[in-house]
Amino acid sequence: MKVEEEIVRRQRARARIMAWLLGAFVVLLFFITIAKTGINW
Amino acid sequence: MPAIEMTDAAALPADWRDILALTKPRVMSLVVFSGLCGMLAAPQLPPLVLGFTAILCIALGAGACGALNQWYEVEIDAKMQRTAKRPLPDGRMDRQTALHFGVGLAVFSVLLMGLATNWLAAVLLAASILFYVLIYTVWLKPRTPQNIVIGGAAGAFPPLIGWVAATGHFAALPLLLFAIIFLWTPPHFWALSMFVRSDYAAAGIPMLPVVAGIPSTRRHVFLYSLPMAAAAIAPWPLGLTGPIYGAAATALSFAFVVLAALVLASRASEPAEMHAEKRLFGFSVLYLFALFGALVADRWLAW
Repeated sequence: MKVEEEIVRRQRARARIMAWLLGAFVVLLFFITIAKTGINW
Repeated sequence: MPAIEMTDAAALPADWRDILALTKPRVMSLVVFSGLCGMLAAPQLPPLVLGFTAILCIALGAGACGALNQWYEVEIDAKMQRTAKRPLPDGRMDRQTALHFGVGLAVFSVLLMGLATNWLAAVLLAASILFYVLIYTVWLKPRTPQNIVIGGAAGAFPPLIGWVAATGHFAALPLLLFAIIFLWTPPHFWALSMFVRSDYAAAGIPMLPVVAGIPSTRRHVFLYSLPMAAAAIAPWPLGLTGPIYGAAATALSFAFVVLAALVLASRASEPAEMHAEKRLFGFSVLYLFALFGALVADRWLAW
């Protein structure tokens, strides 16, 4: 495998995981806000 | 992974699996478990999402400790067979990435803990990270054979943090849980260090078996198991737990002390022959899981 291909593969894999983690963090913050403000559904 | 056409793998962006390995996931599992048990043993529980976030923060804090520990000890890890294949000593990642990841994770975990639960829990989490990195890793570990005695306090924080995250204040039971892990750590690590002492000697780490010898370490293991057993059983006669925990703690601690006595009686000098030491090390992990599991069972089944 060429170096450039390996760099792109690793960057893509990390970017994908980072996107999922950021998405999960946004969802978590939403629910933390709901819980802290004591809003009942 | 396929071979790549270059010699310096650290020049590449780090693979996500190596970043994950920096957090020492296996160590994290025990930290998360003890933190969760500390929370579940508390008289009141936070809302589910806040409880989940508190445990997540404890896990991230432990991961930060692992990353910063590996960042600081890369030369030591390279000399030890047990740790030479970690991402940094193996050259799969550059040190700066590990440092940035560790500091970032530590700050993130503390801030999130404070925002989601309370700032006392966040301060405790920050103290545990700083204690592990600065007091244990940087100061004590390379200097004194008593490193693990004082450094054990860092690993003892999680149940206390879990409890404080749930209640917002200290109490006698979580302080006893802190004492149990604090006193459990020396016999646990000394049992391990006896059969991997050549690794520690090669790396110049003054672990007790390297500095004081095997017979002295065996005496220390047995002597430390006695106050550990007393601390483990103490919540029951003090009325802080019920009979389920009391029976489990008594039986488990008795077994621990018996195994520590077998270590004391052992005369093995070669790691391959150190069956008593390996048995105690294996049981010590099970001991902590079972003890904290019994604490939660006692809280939820009997009260």
